[in-house]
This record gives sequence, structure tokens and C-alpha cells, in this order.
Amino acid sequence: MKAIKNLGLVIFLIGLAVFTAVPVLGTFSLDQSTFDDIVKEKNIKSDVFIQSINENVVGKDFNGMLSLSPTISSALDAANSQHKKNKEYNKVIYTSGHDMAALIGKKSGTGFISQNKGLMWFLSFGLGIIGALMFILPNVILLGKKGIKNDGVYHDSATNRGWIALLVFIFLVSFYLILYFRPEFAVNWTFLVDPISESLSGNPAGHWFVYGFMYCTVMTVMAVRMYIKYRHNVYQVVRTTSVLFFQIVFAFLIPEMMVRLQMPYYDFKNAFPLDYDFFFQWNLKELLNSGGIGLFILVWGVVLTLVIVPVMVYFFGKRWYCSWVCGCGGLAETLGDPYRQHSSKSLFSWKVERWLIHGVLLFAVVMTGMTLYSFFTESSTIFGIKTQSVQNTYSLLIGAIFAGVIGTGFYPIFGNRVWCRFGCPLAAYLGFVQRFKSRFRITTNGGQCISCGNCSTYCEQGIDVRAYAQKGENIVRSSCVGCGVCSAVCPRGVLKLENGPEEGRINPTEVLLGNDVDLMDLVNKK
Amino acid sequence: MQGLYSKQDLDKIEANAPNKEVCNRAVIVGGGLIGIELAEMLRSRKIPVTFLVRENSFWNGVLPSGESEMINEHILEHHIDLKLETNLVEIIADENGRAKAITTDKGETIECNVVGLTAGVTPNIDFLKDSGIELGRGVKVNRFLETNIKDIYAIGDCAEQHEAIGNRRPIEAVWYTGRMMGEALSQTICGKPRQYSPGHWFNSAKFLDIEYQTYGWVFSERSKQEHESHFHWRHASEKICITASYHKDSKKFLGINTFGIRMRHEIFDRWLTEERDIDHVMQYLKDANFDPEFYSHYEEEIISKYNSVMQTNLSVQKKSWKRIFSKA
Repeated sequence: MKAIKNLGLVIFLIGLAVFTAVPVLGTFSLDQSTFDDIVKEKNIKSDVFIQSINENVVGKDFNGMLSLSPTISSALDAANSQHKKNKEYNKVIYTSGHDMAALIGKKSGTGFISQNKGLMWFLSFGLGIIGALMFILPNVILLGKKGIKNDGVYHDSATNRGWIALLVFIFLVSFYLILYFRPEFAVNWTFLVDPISESLSGNPAGHWFVYGFMYCTVMTVMAVRMYIKYRHNVYQVVRTTSVLFFQIVFAFLIPEMMVRLQMPYYDFKNAFPLDYDFFFQWNLKELLNSGGIGLFILVWGVVLTLVIVPVMVYFFGKRWYCSWVCGCGGLAETLGDPYRQHSSKSLFSWKVERWLIHGVLLFAVVMTGMTLYSFFTESSTIFGIKTQSVQNTYSLLIGAIFAGVIGTGFYPIFGNRVWCRFGCPLAAYLGFVQRFKSRFRITTNGGQCISCGNCSTYCEQGIDVRAYAQKGENIVRSSCVGCGVCSAVCPRGVLKLENGPEEGRINPTEVLLGNDVDLMDLVNKK
Repeated sequence: MQGLYSKQDLDKIEANAPNKEVCNRAVIVGGGLIGIELAEMLRSRKIPVTFLVRENSFWNGVLPSGESEMINEHILEHHIDLKLETNLVEIIADENGRAKAITTDKGETIECNVVGLTAGVTPNIDFLKDSGIELGRGVKVNRFLETNIKDIYAIGDCAEQHEAIGNRRPIEAVWYTGRMMGEALSQTICGKPRQYSPGHWFNSAKFLDIEYQTYGWVFSERSKQEHESHFHWRHASEKICITASYHKDSKKFLGINTFGIRMRHEIFDRWLTEERDIDHVMQYLKDANFDPEFYSHYEEEIISKYNSVMQTNLSVQKKSWKRIFSKA
């Protein structure tokens, strides 16, 4: 069993190495007709840029994106500065150098990677999946009898912020930086999943398709790990199945297929304000121009946020979304599960959490207000502030850096719910409902708590569950995503996630159950 | 290894038993809660463990036989070398004075690097001998937790009641009694004198992967009184069982042990206060279930066995939030 595990690790690392090397490998050679197509398609009017590419790129072989990308970027920068100097603003190209490099790279890839997509997919994704499963599956036997198994998490450098965790951290952060800011280096990855993308949407893959496919793959493999680790706990098994289903079907398959059917790309479960660009002008226009389905999506999106989400939170707590449906939550609960103990339980973190998450919610609401104002009045500024630049700031700071780079990249350092706890505006909104008008609570079982602290340790949202449990109080907190792990790791059966009557949900207890005191007597003496 | 009380003791066991290379085998002597927890911790470091238990079944001075047998099986499932009816004769030291083996009264010699003695706790009160404070096995206190000397109190594992409260022992070495005594005593010290008056007995533990809860009194065959009868149900394949005790004449419910099923403290506390009979408890068992959502429920199975054993014709009542949250 150990041997299978180790072999699996080696295979996984080979797959990972291939995946990591692919972005800088490969040959690119742009032929004239392809470039002419790009010029036509992108409506490029800059003769300087076209001439420069014709001279320096077309017909030449480039070894790897590292040599192609700077050539394109510098040609584009030089052309733009010349046009700006000459005040030829109609010729300025507003596509960034990186996006242009990605566009040209995608169309000009030749050589081994782009000609052997299936083989390269197998050598990267395939080996990664096989290796990871070989590493994970033997745990059915190695972990012994079913039951909660967290032995050694603080002794293993993968889970105690040791060197393996640091490497994972660097890898994840780099991956997100490429994805958001250097898409041209993802071009070779897109070749690997082109066949899958074409079979779904009919289009070749872009770098967001790579991300979506990888997201589903990672979640599926790590869900297998969850099934084994929590196989004694039916709640965890059902919940994991649910997040996996919603990610693969709703976030990945349905939007891709909608594109094939000439419909707008839309994830039906992604609720505003997490889906922060839902009311952006380009999206509204696309929806309004898409006929019946566009209108349906528009109404659905509004109803989802204003009615479905709060009503469901009233009945089931925000867990129905955050740990049963949401994609961000889904990744956190699968890939992120080994890191849940790193969430900070300090009072300081709680204060930071409240300022940050509600700040982001406010930011999202103000931004959307400006967006809608601009949309209906057709003015691009409010009080002299450009709506577009507020949107860009939000997309960069919150959408890319907070949710992506920090939210997932920092899993091994800050735990798996950094985004959900400190940043997600939807979580903040659901939190209000959960705290003030909901049937959900985590019930504390009388006086049974022994203060061992397992619940607090493994709470990914950094809630000091023990502080409530040892006082016999129910846990009613806006940040609780209802993952159920506190209840799973409790050795004495103290915690239970329940939906029950609102009355008595919050129960500051005067005296812990077990100590026989006449309560009336106690009150009268006060 | 003896007297695990402090951080330094933990450091010591970390030094002596960090892994199976340093510690090839550990022997634990004494079959109680601390013994099995120590075994679990050593096993978490993959250290082979031999577990010597004086009785012919694990903790059967406290647990009824069906439960005790189930725990025996579970201990073996965890690859712990359980030796029942076996006593320690001698710990053999090497030239550095460290344990290298032990001998048992079965004539066996077991090589080991660590020996854990977990035969139970006694109050460590020798330092009070000449203080004038009245001592027994522990520090003698009254219901206000006062010793014989004014303004000196004792609480927790060292406090010994002059007279035992209910079925409780005079010295209660249970985690929550210290907390409750502290709660009562702090009121007293703050000028609102309050007696220590524990309510219905409850307790819990975890035997490796099996959670155990108890509410009210369920005594083992060895210590139960003549009027106490038991109803026992065990799952066919899983390590799940319950034992409910009742008065054999009046059918008054006395207590319940549950293994692998979580129960609601408040509900059993209420049933004990209301002096319900065991039929009532069996019918309304769903109200008391505290397992996480989606878990399998066994109330039907339990009641059908109960009906066949007790010649009754009861049926399971649906869970009711109204009953659960009604304050008696």
C-alpha cells in the first residue's frame, strides 16, 4: 500500500512537472494569412504595429513564449506611443500586450505541444490525476477504521506551513498570477484542453477554460480524498457530492453548452454580488440582445439574489450556498480541507474580518449602483468619478487579487476560506440573514463539552467554537458556512447543525446543564 | 512513566515516545479511560502498544458486559495488543535505569521502551498532612465546598464530600464536576452562598473511534443493585449499541449508555427529572437523537427488539421540535 502511494506521488510529480514546464516550451510561427485574419478580426488600424509584426514576427520561428511575448509587447507599445504622440487616437490599440501575445500565440502555435494535444494532456493532467488517485486511494486501508483521522497534521510539512506547504503556496500564487496577468503563458495549456473545449462549446479553449477544467479536475480528485477521510460522516459525504455536482454541471458544463447553443455564457448558481459583473454594461447588453433566454437570465439573476438566496438562508442557514453549492466554497472544502486548521482564531482576525468583508460588500453595492446609474443615464461619470475605473479597480483588487491570488494561493498559509471569510460580498450578505433571521444554528449539547478545542482548531472560518460550546451556548455566527466539520471532529457529540424554531436559537445560558440550580431562585437573588 | 500532570510531563513523553523508531513498543498497565487514551495517542505515532488489563473484559467494572465486549473488539481492530486478566509483575530496567521490558503474571516478558501506569487517580494531598485541614482520601468538604477551616475551600478531583451525593462517589474525578464546583464556589466567594448540587449524572468518553455518552445511571453487572434491569441493543455490523437501565418492577427509567449514537443531554435530563418509564423513553427516542443530519437512524430497530424482549407493542414517535424545545 505504501509502495502504491509513493509510486503515485512520483507519477503525480511528473505530471505536475510537465504541466509547469509547458508554458515556457513550444514553438510559435505566425504565417501571413493568420495574421491578416487577426488584424481583420480585431479591427487593428495601427499600420505601425502591423508593419512591425510583419517584419519581426511573421514567417519566423519563436522558441517559447518567453521570446515571442516581448517582441509583440514592445511592437505594440512602440506603435501606441507613436500614435499618441501624433494624436492618431483612432489607431491606438487598447488590447494589452499580454492579451495580444496570447491571441497571436494561440493562433500560431506549432510544434510538438500543439500537434500532440492528447498525448500532452495525458502527460500533464492524465499523470496528475492517476498519480493523485494512487496517492489517495490506499488511504481506505492505511487510515484504518472509519472515524475522524487528523493524526500528524502538525508534524507534516505539507500541512504545518513547512517547506512543502511553502512550495504549494508559491505554485498556487504563480498559477493565479499567470492566469490573471500573463495569459500568454497559459496559451500552451489551452492547447492541452482544446479537444475537450471543442467537444463542449465548439470553440478552442481559452485560458479561462483551462482554469474551469482544472478546477473541476482538482475538486473531483480531492473530493475522493474527502469521501475517504470522512466516510463515517454522511453529512460530509452528501455535502461533498453536492458541491461537486454544482461545480461540474452548473459552473462548467451548462455555460459551455449554452455557448454552443448561441446563448450567453452563464452560471445559474453564481449569485450577485459574488458575480460582481452581472450588472456591468457589457453583460446587460449581451443579455438584452440574447432574446428570451437573456431576459430569463436577467430575471433569474435578480430573483436569485433578492428572493431565493435569503429565503433559503432563512430555512437552512448560509451553508446551503457556501458549502453545498458555491464553487469557491467547493474548492475550499476539497482542495483546501488539509489546510483548514490554519484559520486564525484571534479576536484581532475577527475584527479585521468584519471590517473587510462588509467593506467589500459596500464597495460592490456602490460600484453596482454607479454601474446602473451609468447604464440608464448613459453618462460615464458620477460626481466626476468614472464608473469604468471603479469597475476596473474592483475587478483587479477584489476579483483577481483578493478572490484568486490571496483567496486560493494562500490556502497553505492562512487556511482554506480566506476569501469566503474576509472578502466575499455574497457571504457578507448571507451572513446578515443568517445572524438575524434564520432557523439555522449549531446546537451545543448541554454540559458535555470537555473544552478539547478540536472544533475551533478545524473551523475554517476561524470561529472559536469552543468558547461557545464550553458555556453551553449555541453557535449563531454570521460567518459560519455550515461545513459541519466542528461536529465531525467533536469527540463527545457536543455539536449538531440544525434548522429549528427561531425561538431559543440564541441561548446565553446562566448555568450549564448538569448544575442543579433553581433558576427562579437565582434570578431573584440578582 | 507516571504522573502525567504538566507540560513537562508531555515534553518527557514526546522525548521518550516520539515515533516507533525511538519507542519500539509501549506497555500500558490499567484498563480505564486514561489507559485507552494513552494507547490511542501512542498509536497515532504508529507505536506498537501492549495493553494489560486486570479484568476479564475492558472497563467492565463500569460498563455492562455487552458494551465492554464491543470495546474489546474495537481495541483489537486498532492493532492494540490487548491482554485481559493480566497483571504487571515487574518493570525491568536497563543499565541507564530506563525501562527495557516488563514481566506479567502469565509468565511473559515483553520488551518495551515506555511503560504507562494508568491504574486510576488518587488525590495528591500529602503536602496538607500537617496543615490541620481535615483529610480523608481527599480534602474533606461540605456541600458548600468548605473545609473544616474557615475561608479554605477545595474543589475538583481532590475534594471529598463528607457524604456522597446521590449515586456519585465522594471524590468525583470527572472533568465537569470541577467546573461545576468552581461555578458554585465563585458565587459563594462573591457573597451569594451556593451549594454544590450536581444534577443528574452524565458523562462521556471516546474509545478510539467510538463515542460514548451516558445519562443517568447504568451500572455494570458487577456493581448494579438487584432492582436494576437492562435492555441492550447492538447493531448487526457496526460498532453501535445502547444499554438502557430501568427499575425491574416499576419500569422507571434509570439511565442509558450509548455507543456510536449521540444523544441530546437536555432531553435525557428532562426525562430523568420527570421520572419517565422506559416505555416512554423508547417511544420518544427520536427526540433525543443528536447525530449529525443524514445519519442512519436506528430507533425502529431498537424498538422492535425492545418489543420482542419486553413483550410490548410500542411504536416510534416522530421527532418533534415542540417537545424538544418545550421547557419542562
